[in-house]
Amino acid sequence: MDFNDIIRPENKVYSRPRLLTDNITHYCPGCSHGVVHRIIAELLDEMGLEDRTIGIAPVGCAVFAYNYIDVDWIEAAHGRAPALATAASRLNPECLVFTYQGDGDLAAIGTAETIHACNRGENIVIIFINNAIYGMTGGQMAPTTLLGMKTATTPYGRRVDLNGHPLAISPLLAQLDGTCYVTRQSVHTPGAVRKAKAAIKKAFNNALEKRGTSVVEIVSTCNSGWKMTPADSNKWMAEHMFEKYPLGDLKNV
Amino acid sequence: MEEVKLMKGNEAIAHAAIRYGCDGYFGYPITPQSEVLETLAELMPWETTGMVVLQAESEVAAINMVYGGAATGKAVMTSSSSPGISLKQEGISYLAASELPALILNCMRGGPGLGTIQPSQSDYFQATKGGGHGDYHLIILAPATVQEMADFVGLGFDLAFKYRTPSMILADGIVGQMMEKVVLPPQRPRRTEEQVREQCPWAACGKGTRKHRNVVTSLELDSAKMEVNNLRFQETYRRIEENEVRFEEYYTDDCEYLMVAFGSIARICLKAIEEARAAGVKIGLIRPITLWPFPKARIAELAAKTKGVLVVELNAGQMIEDVRLAINAPTPSVHHFGRMGGIVPNPGEIIDAFYSHYPEAKA
Amino acid sequence: MKEEIVIAGFGGQGVLSMGKILAYAGLMDNLEVSWMPSYGPEQRGGTANVTVILSDSRISSPVLDSYDTAVILNQQSLDKFESRVKPGGTLIYDPYGIHHAPTRTDIKVVPVEAMEATFEMKNAKTYNMILLGALLSVRPVVSFDAVIRGLRKTLPERHHHLLPLNEEALRKGMSLVEGK
Repeated sequence: MDFNDIIRPENKVYSRPRLLTDNITHYCPGCSHGVVHRIIAELLDEMGLEDRTIGIAPVGCAVFAYNYIDVDWIEAAHGRAPALATAASRLNPECLVFTYQGDGDLAAIGTAETIHACNRGENIVIIFINNAIYGMTGGQMAPTTLLGMKTATTPYGRRVDLNGHPLAISPLLAQLDGTCYVTRQSVHTPGAVRKAKAAIKKAFNNALEKRGTSVVEIVSTCNSGWKMTPADSNKWMAEHMFEKYPLGDLKNV
Repeated sequence: MEEVKLMKGNEAIAHAAIRYGCDGYFGYPITPQSEVLETLAELMPWETTGMVVLQAESEVAAINMVYGGAATGKAVMTSSSSPGISLKQEGISYLAASELPALILNCMRGGPGLGTIQPSQSDYFQATKGGGHGDYHLIILAPATVQEMADFVGLGFDLAFKYRTPSMILADGIVGQMMEKVVLPPQRPRRTEEQVREQCPWAACGKGTRKHRNVVTSLELDSAKMEVNNLRFQETYRRIEENEVRFEEYYTDDCEYLMVAFGSIARICLKAIEEARAAGVKIGLIRPITLWPFPKARIAELAAKTKGVLVVELNAGQMIEDVRLAINAPTPSVHHFGRMGGIVPNPGEIIDAFYSHYPEAKA
Repeated sequence: MKEEIVIAGFGGQGVLSMGKILAYAGLMDNLEVSWMPSYGPEQRGGTANVTVILSDSRISSPVLDSYDTAVILNQQSLDKFESRVKPGGTLIYDPYGIHHAPTRTDIKVVPVEAMEATFEMKNAKTYNMILLGALLSVRPVVSFDAVIRGLRKTLPERHHHLLPLNEEALRKGMSLVEGK
């Protein structure tokens, strides 16, 4: 069989989403960010939102998200994405405004902005990548780092007496009257990816329908920061992370 | 006929913002400028012009809301007082680095730290020399009257959009809290979405019919490109310095001595000067209206024909450094008189300070 | 014409609003006006003062060393401002709660029993209007009509039913100083 017989359109099972740019990502092989980016790019295309979407990029590994998804973006200061999103959304009510934030950005330096945007019920979507570590800065402890986890700033493992407890912030956000949908997902198996995509789609629809703030936490891996192979990271996440951060909807009204 | 109103400087800011067609205000209460947010809340512009008014959870959030709104091409503003402006510096640096137009009011109070709520000018360095991190400038407008508080909202926004850089109104507790007559600008409609897109082709407001995506960011990890960005900022600053210097002069035609003062203190100096002139002492006054760009050339020109210069400020001596740099000559002598911590000198104190430095003027 | 006035007393006595009505009256009479409060953290209690300048030409400084007229409502304010009345100027004060009366002889000193008068009117809130009435009588820098119109401007509409009471208080204040 000739190569050209194989690459026929009817044989195509997967292609790069139209809104994912040609740029080679800076993400490590095996990182969850790439999968979540793909889900977002697919959804924005499928939902016809390319022309009226504003993404807010964080500080952290996803700081360059604007290089990869072909919509308008604003790059925020560390932790301030929900504040930017608040104004962008209120001043451009016809647009879908979403933030894409990591655990340090959302649950440490930006805790106030996160809680108050959610509490005001801003019609935005917060995509929260929780990989329990500061990836880009070099593997330091995050607010969500599990007890005993070794990081650059907890080289002997996180200890309650020294470092406090891991912060489960999504249940806290679910308590707020302004949130309409708070869910925890992952992208470590094909089934999980499908569920995560459905969750983000629901969140986007909530924002378009002005139903309040939606938070989609993606419990993720950081194989470089965790110093494991991608496959081992997925296994470790399922065995350890899901105990502290169980998957499923925390709020769906 | 123009309607003359009586109001506080802070109230005039709020009225002028609505009338300018401002799209959004984001603020956090702090004395002595809370009347800005209070007045906006009372006027409910969201019911009339559609202007968004939001009390943020902090000054940090407020300036980042301004950043988010400005990035979409909207005319947005915030206001605060000294401690709050310190908190906003992060966002201000990002605004400058992302070349975004925005308007910031600092109604200064005495510092450092939590300090006092009384009037001060001790944020001159912070405002004119950058404030946040990195090489940048803001356009700094220093109002001396309630009328200027109102007028500088429009001027500040216009300059911010013209040069794509944030403007700051650097006021103090006096001009914020005092009531005077003011003629408000006429009500302008807010720009339509099409006008925003036309005026701000760089705005990240959704692609719309645009083929390419817009990204507003201050991040550039490639040093060579970041230097190019910096050179572009500096080029903008040179154009501003060439075209936007503003100042006002009193009694400079025949002056033998010169006072330099900005904001409401310039008015107290003016009364002191008028009393001195009645006694035959020829003092002139120059009031820089733009503190950055600073009226260097005119100050040097005026100083050259005088016997002495007195810089009067509500601080330990900040603008005097720019005055000395402007003069850049051994003569005339340049002295400073300042009060701190929220103390406002009266005209008598200023003239006493003048005579203490220039006793020969009395004869 | 230029009148430089300070009004000083306790916070809550209506010092700032009395100044405001005077400033609005100046506006009605087409004068240049400035109203510069001492602003502090206290809403009530503490000391408060306001400088009001009324002039037919441009006003330079809103902050002054000395005043043509001082309206003084407590001892602290008297201690602070008596010496700052210009020679030939006017000091209006309420003797209520004053232990050391003014001693200057180069100014016109006018005691106004305003607190006493509020007892008579059975309304403590008329206090500042009584004093404003006395000021108008001693120093007619703005017209009575302008004060009424200024009052109408400063008083929220829901309080406009109080206008007659305020007018009565103004007249009461004027009557207190007649012939003084």
